[in-house]
Amino acid sequence: MGTVFGIPPQALFGQLLLGLINGSFYALLSLGLAVIFGMLNVINFAHGALYMLGAFVAWWLLTTVGLGYWPALLVAPLIVGAFGILLEKTLLSRLYKLDHLYGLLLTFGLALIIEGMFRHWYGSSGMPYPIPDALKGGQNLGFMFLPNYRAWVVVASLVVCLATWFLIERTRLGAYLRAATENPVLVQAFGINVPVMITLTYGFGVALAGLAGVLAAPIYQVNPLMGSNLIIVVFAVVVIGGMGSIMGAIVTGFGLGLLEGMTKVFYPEASNIVIFVVMAIVLLLKPAGLFGRER
Amino acid sequence: MMGRILLAGVAAAALMAGTAQAQGISGDKVKIGVLNDRSGLYADLGGEGSAVAARMAAEEFGNKVAGKPVEIITADHQNKADIGSSITRQWLDTDGVDVIVDVPNSGVALAVQEITKEKKKIFLMLGPATSRLTGDACSPTGFHWAYDTRALAVGTGRAMVKEGGDTWFFLTADYAFGHQLEADTMAEVKTAGGTVKGVVRHPLNSSDFSSFLLQAQGSGAKIVGLANAGGDTINSIKQAAEFGITQGGQKLAGLLLFLSDVHALGLNVAQDLVLTTGFYWDMDDEKRAWSKKYMEKTGKMPTMVQAGTYSAVRHYLKAIEAAGTDEGLAVSKKMKETPVNDMFAKNGKILANGRMVHDMYLARVKKPGESKGPWDYYQILRTIPGDEAFFTVEQSGCKVTG
Repeated sequence: MGTVFGIPPQALFGQLLLGLINGSFYALLSLGLAVIFGMLNVINFAHGALYMLGAFVAWWLLTTVGLGYWPALLVAPLIVGAFGILLEKTLLSRLYKLDHLYGLLLTFGLALIIEGMFRHWYGSSGMPYPIPDALKGGQNLGFMFLPNYRAWVVVASLVVCLATWFLIERTRLGAYLRAATENPVLVQAFGINVPVMITLTYGFGVALAGLAGVLAAPIYQVNPLMGSNLIIVVFAVVVIGGMGSIMGAIVTGFGLGLLEGMTKVFYPEASNIVIFVVMAIVLLLKPAGLFGRER
Repeated sequence: MMGRILLAGVAAAALMAGTAQAQGISGDKVKIGVLNDRSGLYADLGGEGSAVAARMAAEEFGNKVAGKPVEIITADHQNKADIGSSITRQWLDTDGVDVIVDVPNSGVALAVQEITKEKKKIFLMLGPATSRLTGDACSPTGFHWAYDTRALAVGTGRAMVKEGGDTWFFLTADYAFGHQLEADTMAEVKTAGGTVKGVVRHPLNSSDFSSFLLQAQGSGAKIVGLANAGGDTINSIKQAAEFGITQGGQKLAGLLLFLSDVHALGLNVAQDLVLTTGFYWDMDDEKRAWSKKYMEKTGKMPTMVQAGTYSAVRHYLKAIEAAGTDEGLAVSKKMKETPVNDMFAKNGKILANGRMVHDMYLARVKKPGESKGPWDYYQILRTIPGDEAFFTVEQSGCKVTG
């Protein structure tokens, strides 16, 4: 049996699969960012903090209310989404008339405040969240041991990503949304309540972050820092995919997960910068991103 | 022109005379700077807890030493050597700080050691691990207190080989600390007759370890040695359980595991891990009493870094009292002459290279059924005598002594 670049092919398959798993987190998070940017033109730096919030809400539900993983998968994103709507209504909506930068600064500040509070209350090591019983254990695929939970994460993420893409690109509601982004005044004139639609869109994007947080809770610690560790990578994913492009976010998320997985095999020391190298190259050659269009 | 040069010469001479004559307490105050990670992956093992422990030591002296007040200030170095260095310089040059304390993250500690060495200020190291701090990077005014990579290697490394774990694969944090822990453990494994099958180095503060764990799994080594710390170790162990590393017959060696890590992991995941520690709260009445006081202030039990901070600051203040000055070299001399006797260490001795030699302990993490409640986590397997755990001055490679 031969090797591929000095690595046995079995190990390579294993790493590709792992890359896909990480990619599904990138995709889910960058999807929320892309939806928010595409529809609201807001660069949502609080996304990582809201992802962390999703994991914490799941943990709270488990430890205080006794609500397990499966209900939390629905309830936690709803709570985080509602919190997002509150943020949009009270703070963010005041900034739409101003430059993008103000939205970015506001959300960045919010992220620092939210993360700082959680770090103060819970420390930096985080809390354990158990894997749900139904998904414990794993499958021996011959070339690797695949934990059931990770397989579930890939499937869940793919379904959510494609459903979101379908909702925005292929349904009437999505068409209203896209139209409202292009020309809010005209769409309003047709009798559609644009401000409410924008608020709900923000809530939806944030709920996606909350969902990713619940999915991540059993894999990583439920940790106040989990969002800030991920958010920069996710932003790079969005930039590479093209700001605001839904399909771009999904494809790039999975693609870069794979690329990062490969880097971990061939040159592990560089695994946390490879995405930024790609970002630099893409920005040089195609400033609007792989799937973006010039505005 | 000539006059100006003369004037400069006189000024310089006056300055030098000034430093040579400096006696007593500089700035009429002993100012202690606790510098550590207060917000990142090492914040729970040191962080504010170390500052609390330092304050507890100062309170024992009534917050006064040699008749002058003791003041404790803190800062966050964010695990960046440049930030740590510039805070240290500012503290020593303009803020009148007399001693730097804690400084987890070996990379930052190595940078701070250079500065304190140059300025002849005391540096009490609790958080950093690398044995280089009392080896080739030693300083006449640097003290390494709670543990180091050598002691971890002797404790956990040797014990694992003895139990039949003679083939190793290392998962190493890619910076000064990880490299040294890997090197010291590798040496110990080879001396004990084991072999090393491979190494993979991950960036500091990674969140996903599955890829590295898969490589460890593929190596077929009996022991997967985790040469990382804090949040990195927590995630490695958690994900190793998920990927069935231990079910596959491989064993994990958490080479540096703190009580705060075990608390965060929970006993379900952490049970039966073997680890080396310089302190455990539930060993004797003195330790229990101190730890209980600490718990009242922080809501947590102390790690060896936090308990060690108390011990080191206490010893430092005692030395100032005895020497009647806070001048670095004089205090350093006094500290090295005096054995360390407190709740942390019994008959601890400080070597010429600044290594505080005291007993270390090999421990096993209890199973959930064995634990009587929160923080009842360790079963002590064996006491490792200090002389066995740490390098001698000759072995350490330290050239500067004082």
